Amino acid sequence: MTTYAIEANALTKRFGKTQALAGVDLAVREGTVLGVLGPNGAGKTTAVRILATLLQADSGSAQVGGFDVARDPEKVRQTIGLTGQYASVDEDLTGMQNLVLIGQLLDLRTRDARARAAELLEWFDLAEAGDRRAKTYSGGMRRRLDLAASLVGRPAVIFLDEPTTGLDPAKREDMWDVVRNLVTDGSTVLLTTQYLDEADALADEITVIDHGRVIAHDTPEGLKRIVGGQTLTVRASDNSRLPEVTAIVARVAGAEPDVSARGVVSASVDGDAALTAAVAQLAQAGIGVTELSLHLPSLDEVFFTLTGTRTADTEDAA
Amino acid sequence: MSNAIALPTRGAMPSASLSPEEPLSRRWRTLRHALALAKRSLIKTARTPEALIDVTLQPVIFLLLFTYVFGGALGGGSQHDYLEYLLPGLLGQTIALAGVALGQNLNADIEKGVFDRFRSLPIARSAPLVGAVLADFMRYLIVCVMTLGFGYLIGFRIHTNPLAMLAAIGVSIAFALCFCWISVFVGMIARTSGAVQGIMFLLVLPLSFGSNVFVKTSTVPGWLQAFMKVNPLSHLVGTVRGLVLGGPVTDDLLWTLLWMAILLLVFVPLALRAYKRRA
Repeated sequence: MTTYAIEANALTKRFGKTQALAGVDLAVREGTVLGVLGPNGAGKTTAVRILATLLQADSGSAQVGGFDVARDPEKVRQTIGLTGQYASVDEDLTGMQNLVLIGQLLDLRTRDARARAAELLEWFDLAEAGDRRAKTYSGGMRRRLDLAASLVGRPAVIFLDEPTTGLDPAKREDMWDVVRNLVTDGSTVLLTTQYLDEADALADEITVIDHGRVIAHDTPEGLKRIVGGQTLTVRASDNSRLPEVTAIVARVAGAEPDVSARGVVSASVDGDAALTAAVAQLAQAGIGVTELSLHLPSLDEVFFTLTGTRTADTEDAA
Repeated sequence: MSNAIALPTRGAMPSASLSPEEPLSRRWRTLRHALALAKRSLIKTARTPEALIDVTLQPVIFLLLFTYVFGGALGGGSQHDYLEYLLPGLLGQTIALAGVALGQNLNADIEKGVFDRFRSLPIARSAPLVGAVLADFMRYLIVCVMTLGFGYLIGFRIHTNPLAMLAAIGVSIAFALCFCWISVFVGMIARTSGAVQGIMFLLVLPLSFGSNVFVKTSTVPGWLQAFMKVNPLSHLVGTVRGLVLGGPVTDDLLWTLLWMAILLLVFVPLALRAYKRRA
C-alpha cells in the first residue's frame, strides 16, 4: 500500500457566489513533489489553505501526515511548513528576528532558536543580511526568508504556494535548487505554480486544476505526451533566408514546421539535442538569427490542449 | 544564492536541541508564545516611533487645549481648578483611544499575510491576539507617564500620596487592557485598518464626551446623566479622581472592575471567534 503524505478527497469550498473548489482530489506520496498547475483563480491557493488548516472545507476530507485537517488541525500544524504566495515575513523585524520568533513559537529554547535561525540564514545566503530589517530585502531575499521561516521546525510536509511568482529567471532557478534539496532531505512538497516548465522541472507528478476541478493528473512525461513536448522556435535575421531556415528546422524536428507571417519557424521536438543540432546547422549555413529558443508549452497552451478553451486569464485580458 | 547552497539536512543539528525543552502545560506554553509575540510588537513599535504620537503628543496637546481654551469657561474662571478636574478625565479618554491603534495594526497584519504563518504553527489561536494586547501595556504606561508628567509641568499636583497615584495608574492600565479587546474585535471584523479607526472613534468619542471626563455629571440633562452613570469611562475616571485628588473611591472602583470583567467576557470570545473565522 502506498503511503500518502497528503491526501485530499472531494474538497469543496465556496466564497459567496464563487465556487473556489468543486471537488478536488489530491494525493502526494511521501518524499515526492506534487506540482499543482493552474491559472490564477483556479483554486490552488484555496486548496493549500485548507490543507494547511487555515481554512475549513465546506465538504470533503483531507489528511496531512496521516492527520485529518478538520479533526486534528493541531497535529497537522506540527507536521507542516507553509510558504504563501505573498512572502509573509514581518518587514519591521530583521531576518534573524523573524526566524528566532518562529523558533520560539515552536518551543525551541532561545539559544537553539538562534542557532537554527543562523543555520537557515547561512543556507539561504542571507547571513550577511540577517541583522537588517526584512523591509530592506529584495523580492528574492524575502522569498528565501519566507521559505526559511517555514523550515525552522524541519517540517515533514511543505506547502509552497507559487514560490517563484514575481521572481526573475535566475532567482527562479535558485529557488528550484532549494526545492530539489528539500526533497533530497526527505520532505514531501506540494507546490503550486502557473508554469508548466516549473512543474516539469520539480514535480514527480502534476495535477492540473481549473475552476476548482482537477482536469488532469499525470507524471510530467505523461502530461507532455498529451500536451506536446518542447517547441523549437527560430527566426532568421534576414527574412530572405526563410526557406533555408524552414528546411533546417524540418530536418531537425523530422516534421514540417509551422511558419508564421512574421517569419517565425517553430516545430515540436523530442529533446534538448534538437537545439544543439539547429544551432550547428544554422551556423554552418551562415544564417543569423534574432530568435532561437526551446520551450515547453505555456500554461495557456496546456489548457487549450486539455480543455479546448483558453484560460480565464486570457479571456479576461482579451 | 548559488549552487553551493546545501539545504539543512535532517539531523545536521543534535536532535535534542530541536525538541521542545520539556513537556509544558498548555496554558503556560500559550503564555510563552504570547510573550514572544508581544516582543515582536514591541520591536515593531520601537522601529516606528511615529506610531507613538497618539500616546505621547496627543495627551500633551489635549491637556493644553482643554486647560487653556475651555478651562477658563468650564472651571469657573480658574484654569488651575479645571486642570485638576480635567487631567484624570483626559487620562481615561486618551488611554481608551490608545487601544484603537491595536485593532488597526492587527487588521493590517492579517491583510499582509503575516498572521497566516502564525496560524499554520502549532500554537494556540489566541496567542497572537493576546501577545499584541500584552505589548500594548507599554503604550498605556506611556499615556500615564506623559499625562501625569506634563500635567505636573503645567501645575497639576496630586492631593494624596505616590502610592495612590501608582494605584490610579495600575487601574487605568488594567482597564485599558480590557477595553482594547473591543478594538481587537473590530480589527478582526473590519475590512481595512482605516475602517477600524473610523468605527472605534465613533464608539470611543461618544463614550468619552458622554462621561464625566470634561464636565460634572450634574451639569447635563437627566437622560444624559443616566448614560454617564453607567458609562465605564465615567467610573474609571471617578476612580482615578478619587485616588489622585482624594475622595470616595470604592463605588467607582467596583463598577470599573465589573466593567472590566464584562468587557473581557464579551469581547475576548467575540474577537477570538472572528479571528478564527477570518479566512
